[in-house]
Amino acid sequence: MAIKADIKKKLGDFSLHVKLESDCRRIGILGASGCGKSMTLKCIAGSEKPDEGQIVIDGRTMYDSATKCNWKPQKRNVGYLFQNYALFPTMSVKANIAAGLKCGKEEKAEKVERMLHRFQLDGLGERLPGELSGGQQQRVALARIMVYEPDVIMLDEPFSALDAFLKERLQQEMQELLAEYEGNVILVSHSRDEIYQLCEELLIMDQGKDICYGKTKEIFANPEHKEAARLTGCKNLVPVMRLDAHTLEIPQWGTMLSLEHEISEDISYIGLRAHDFVPCWEEERPVNSIAVQVNSIARLQFEHKYFLATQQEGAEEICWFVQRNEWPLYEEKGLPRWLIIPEEKLLLLKE
Amino acid sequence: MEEIMEILQNLNWSPLFISLKTGVVATIISFFLGIFAARKVLKAGPRLKAVADGILTLPMVLPPTVMGFFLLLLFSRRRPLGIFLYDNFNIKIVQSWTGCIIAATVIAFPLMYRNARAAFEQVDVNLIYAGRTLGMSDTAIFWKVTVPTAGPGVVSGTILTFARALGEYGATSMLAGNIPGKTSTISQKIAMVIQDGDYATAGVWVVIVMLIAFVIIFLMNLVTGGNMKNIKQW
Repeated sequence: MAIKADIKKKLGDFSLHVKLESDCRRIGILGASGCGKSMTLKCIAGSEKPDEGQIVIDGRTMYDSATKCNWKPQKRNVGYLFQNYALFPTMSVKANIAAGLKCGKEEKAEKVERMLHRFQLDGLGERLPGELSGGQQQRVALARIMVYEPDVIMLDEPFSALDAFLKERLQQEMQELLAEYEGNVILVSHSRDEIYQLCEELLIMDQGKDICYGKTKEIFANPEHKEAARLTGCKNLVPVMRLDAHTLEIPQWGTMLSLEHEISEDISYIGLRAHDFVPCWEEERPVNSIAVQVNSIARLQFEHKYFLATQQEGAEEICWFVQRNEWPLYEEKGLPRWLIIPEEKLLLLKE
Repeated sequence: MEEIMEILQNLNWSPLFISLKTGVVATIISFFLGIFAARKVLKAGPRLKAVADGILTLPMVLPPTVMGFFLLLLFSRRRPLGIFLYDNFNIKIVQSWTGCIIAATVIAFPLMYRNARAAFEQVDVNLIYAGRTLGMSDTAIFWKVTVPTAGPGVVSGTILTFARALGEYGATSMLAGNIPGKTSTISQKIAMVIQDGDYATAGVWVVIVMLIAFVIIFLMNLVTGGNMKNIKQW
């Protein structure tokens, strides 16, 4: 099943331009709030009309500005799971699931019954959505989509309205429920963990533009773009000056990096995840290191977060996280003098 | 006391039935027209929306006699529409019960329209999007999802519309006149007997109207404020 979307849309000052082409089954769209993720989904579902572009799902052209083709959402066979689930509040669970079905009464009842069972909703069929828990509501919403057998299911921040405990359980549940589903899934989220767990391929968006697309694991390992690095959870992002093919200067951190790897000319930022610093207690400053000057410490249950001073006024503090199993080392030896920036963990980023 | 009993025994109840009949018919017409108009206006673009909304709300804002004047201009048998209706369909609007209904409908319609629109505006637009992606037709979504979800607002609008239609006086007296047994509604009856100085009969009708009003308010609270017990006290 292949999806091809090229969407241009202007909304006041905001302009959206996204290109997506994939034949992968599980696609994630990651981006900050207001970057146009939901708008992209709504365009694919047909709830919103792009100004320009093309949307092709499985060889069927649903929207094409060149030929003035624009299918109604009813015809697109696309399931949409809304953030608030959008269950019809005056209808029972059964009526909700049967809402879009077009078949005989008996067949309808049988299909609904099968869905109730599959989504562990047995005995809840007569209830109203308001009488269900958040998790049950989500299952009803999924059942309502699945019974309709869509070619594509789109999940619009499905876990963002839930508390942390429920969130983890439902993510697991969603993974199992989606495993049986043959069609495409597009998951939109601002949470990197959800995407990492559920999606094989990843599109990262920033301010209405797609900035990178590829295999989820590869992007997390090497984001290449500054915004992609930020969205995949990289805490330390600083501008750098490329001095030559193997040397970078980091003015904010007051240090130089000399790398074995060749540095391409468009590198303007580096990123380093907060766990990836290597501590050093030597007197003499090692290469590729920064001096440790602690501004503040946040002591959490499973890790300590150190916020270190930089060499320039107004620059963002350096984040260095130490996990619980490493604490005894620091109790014995005290704080390190230096933090080494290991080349194999360093992210070289374009803007 | 005896005097009141005597009035009650000899009372001609026709104004009550005329009022109720007019109210019910006008409410039914307003109900469908109001919902239809609300739906159209919500779907319209911003500029058309402003214009249509103004026109549809006007009868509520203008004095009823002004509306009566417009209606007379429109339906008078010396005017094109009035002539057309009478010549082709033998329908007389002026000085007839049909006139009562038209006057009451025109005056009460904005209440239905505005309440329905406000109620629909509160409905989460995602419900409509969800219905569409599930393959439901727009008409099905409207009647199965939007209207029931907006239910309390629609019902209270309907009750207010009925109340307004029931008590219509100004436009009705101008368009339909005050023909006993035919177009003489309770409101017109009260005005008439007071002009005659018959305060006792007027009082009896006033009590009847107040009873109806209480029933209406009770019904409204039952529907919209069903959870009044749960509302926090200020």
